[in-house]
Formats: sequence, structure tokens, C-alpha cells
Amino acid sequence: MSRTKLVLTGNYASAYAVLHSRAEVVPAYPITPQTTIVEKIDEFIETGMLDATMVRVESEHSAMAVAIGASAVGVRTYTATSSHGLLYMYENLWWAANARLPIVATFVTRTLGPPWNIWSDHQDFMTLRDSGWILFMVKDAQEAYDLTIQAFKIAENPDVRLPVGIAYDAFVISHTAEPVELLTQEEADKFLPSPKAIQPLLDVDKPYSIGNLPKADYHYILRKNLWENILDAKNVIREVGKEYGELSGRDYSSLVEEYECEDADTVFISMGAMAGEGMDAVDKLRDKGYKVGHLTIRTYRPFPDHEIKTIAENAKRLIVFSRALSNGKGGILYDDVASTLYREGLRMETYDIIAGLAGTEVSEEDFMKIYHDVRSGKLDTGKSIFIRRGEYV
Amino acid sequence: MGEVIYPVTEPGEGSAGKTGNWRWQKPIIIIDKCVKCGLCWVYCPEPAIYLDKMGYPHVNYEWCKGCGICAHECPSKAIDMVSEYE
Ligand code: SF4
Ligand code: SF4
Repeated sequence: MSRTKLVLTGNYASAYAVLHSRAEVVPAYPITPQTTIVEKIDEFIETGMLDATMVRVESEHSAMAVAIGASAVGVRTYTATSSHGLLYMYENLWWAANARLPIVATFVTRTLGPPWNIWSDHQDFMTLRDSGWILFMVKDAQEAYDLTIQAFKIAENPDVRLPVGIAYDAFVISHTAEPVELLTQEEADKFLPSPKAIQPLLDVDKPYSIGNLPKADYHYILRKNLWENILDAKNVIREVGKEYGELSGRDYSSLVEEYECEDADTVFISMGAMAGEGMDAVDKLRDKGYKVGHLTIRTYRPFPDHEIKTIAENAKRLIVFSRALSNGKGGILYDDVASTLYREGLRMETYDIIAGLAGTEVSEEDFMKIYHDVRSGKLDTGKSIFIRRGEYV
Repeated sequence: MGEVIYPVTEPGEGSAGKTGNWRWQKPIIIIDKCVKCGLCWVYCPEPAIYLDKMGYPHVNYEWCKGCGICAHECPSKAIDMVSEYE
């Protein structure tokens, strides 16, 4: 069988990845803009293409509870949610990480209310920052497909054993169709061996309980262990990404995507859909002779400290675009980058740009305007700068 | 690479030690009334009930806390809760 290329939305690309990963249990509760993922998976199940159980639950909290139960007996498990659904799932999302369960989930980012809003920003996703989930944010449907398949392999690695989330922006990615090249089922099976190989945690013949009351010191050891494992997972992500690259021709061996960074004195840093605008802006600015690059943060947790350090050492200034805000502090991605620089002993010009909140569009013109205003000294380093559709607000 | 440590525990003595001495009342199983449904075994939170080869339940009093859940769940009223102090 040869490979097919289909025109798919980000959500359908995720569903095809779940099909090709042969997930066995999919507990789901609908919420815009995630719903079409699990609808499509249900269609795969109902038409006999996927041998899996769809569990229709009464809430997102229950969806993750079912996922925890299924994953704890060694079943390959997937779910998806967004926004308020993610927050309703929140308690169990942490439980899944601390119980070391290799669940894979898609988080289609959507603004939190009130007021009611279905458009994208990254505030919902950022609540998972410290949870122990391995977190990716992708910028197109192809990456959603590719990384969802890799996610299972990373999550199930015996040295990792953590849940993995793949996030992308509402509508701009979730509902926008573009050509996506799919692996054949044979290729996917070879890349991702049968989930039957996963050692079950819960087994009636060898009873265990998960999460009993421990002594504080033992619990401390567990916390430290998760910390070490998620840092070590960087290498697993790179290795899995390299192997996937050799198979598909699309390389994921880096935690980030560098664009024109090599000789750049100014580097934009962003993640998600707006990275595409950032790279378009780089092209336009390069045409005029400016040495600009763009760094896309694809692996958000564990954080790509080393990659940022390497870029920063060769640049004069970093302009970080955050689509989520720590109220009372600043742009969340900016603070991540700034703390990496400080820890690495690097001091440089950094700019905290808050853009795209509440689903407002971020355009290449916004990136270019920010670049020119930075170069002409109009913007303060280290201060949170809010831009909405080309206007400072 | 560090090994993954799972937050799992095998059945055994907990950090609180043997919990049987928490008990102020104890379950007595009246085997004649028992229909071997196993519900007491399912519901006992400890678990301090084990089933013998015939399927009859027995209480391990070293761990039974005397909560009375087994007696409450038993559909045949085959478990009596008896005070430890009488
Ligand atoms: S009294 Fe409670 S602890 Fe004791 S056997 Fe019955 S259910 Fe178990
Ligand atoms: S619940 Fe009652 S009837 Fe059922 S096994 Fe236990 S003692 Fe026997």
C-alpha cells in the first residue's frame, strides 16, 4: 500500500493519527472546537476501521477518569478537550501525570470565559505548564498528525511513562483544511508497536493500588523522580523525532523549529499558529536586508532551554510573543524564555509581546511593526507590551 | 536515564500498622445465612475479608477496622456487628 495525501483539518488529522496509532479506548465529552476530533474517531469505530471503545461520559472530569482507568490496565488511551472542558478535567489531568499513565490527549486551545468566546488563545493550555504532562504545540495539521503518533511512542517509553498533550489553535488549525501526508497503517504499526506490550500497572493476578497514602519523604522521592524523567524525556523526544523523520521524511529531532536563525541578530520566538506569520515576517524583513530569524517552540514541556541558549548566544535580542498571560506578572512564554537566559547567565535585550489574546488575529504585519519599533527604540525591554491588530493597547 | 518510580503499593502492612486495634465493634459472619455472593469481600475497604475455597467469606481481624460496611451491604443479613466491649 502506498501513502495517501488527504486534505484534512487539524482535527481530522489528529483523528487519523489516533486511527493509525490503534488507540483502544477513547473516552470523550464534546466541546467546541475539539468535538470534530472525537466525532471522526467515532466514525472510524462505527465503520469498523478502528477496533476501539468510545466511552460517552457525562463530563470532561469523567473523560479523564475513564482514561486513567483504561491506561492503568495497559490500554492505549486517547481523549481530547478544550478551554472550560480542560479546566473541568483539570484535577484528573494532574492525577494522570502523577500516576505516570501514558495517556495521549489533544488540547485545542480556546479562550477562557467569561465572556463566552470560542476563539483561540493559549491560556487554557498554559494551565498544564507545571502538571507533569509532556506538552507540544503544533502549527499545522501535518504536525498534529505526525506528533500525535510520536506522542504515544514517547508516552509509553519505559523511561518516560508520562501523559503527552498535543495542542493547537482553535479554528486556524483545528478547522482549516490543508494537505496532510499520512503513513500507511503498516508503517505506523512498525513505528508504534502494539500497546499490548505495555506492562499493565493494574492486574488482578498481581494486585496493586495506585496512589495510596505515602510518607512525605517517599512522596518527595516520587516528585523528584517525575522531574528527572521529564527532563530525560528531551532525549527520547529527539530520538523518536529522528526515527519518525527517517520514516516519513519529516524530521522532528529538535524540540524547536529554527527559521533563518543562524546569522540573525534579532530572533522572534513564538508558538502555535502565529509562528507561520512570524516566519512570513522574517521572509519580508530578510528581503529588505534585516538579519531576523524565528524560533518556534514546539516542545513546551520539557522546556527547550538548551536550544534557546544556543540561539541567544548568537543573537543580540529576542522578541517573545505570548498568547497567554500570567495576570499580575507578564507574558508566560516570555517569562519562560527570560528565566532560561538568566539561569544560563545570558543578559540581552528581550521584549515581552502579548498578542492574539481572546482570539484576535496576529498578522505578519504585527511582527514587522514590532521589529521596526524595537529597532527604533520605541519599545521597552522587559516590559509587557500589548498589541491588538497592529495597535498598542 | 533514571528509572520510573510508580506511586503503587502492593498489599501489605500500611504505615499505620495493623489496623485491627482501631475496632470497637466486630463483624461476625453467620455462615448458615451466607449465600456466597461475595459482596462483603467486594465492599470491604481494607480489604480484611478473604474468601475460602468454597467461596465463604472470613474476616481477618488483624486488619478489620470494624467499619460495618460488610454488614450493611450483605443482602442476607449474614453479618452481625458485635461490640468489642460487651
Ligand atoms: S467491618 Fe469493615 S473492615 Fe471489617 S470486615 Fe467488615 S467491611 Fe471490612
Ligand atoms: S455479603 Fe453476606 S451473603 Fe454475601 S458473601 Fe458476604 S456474608 Fe455471605
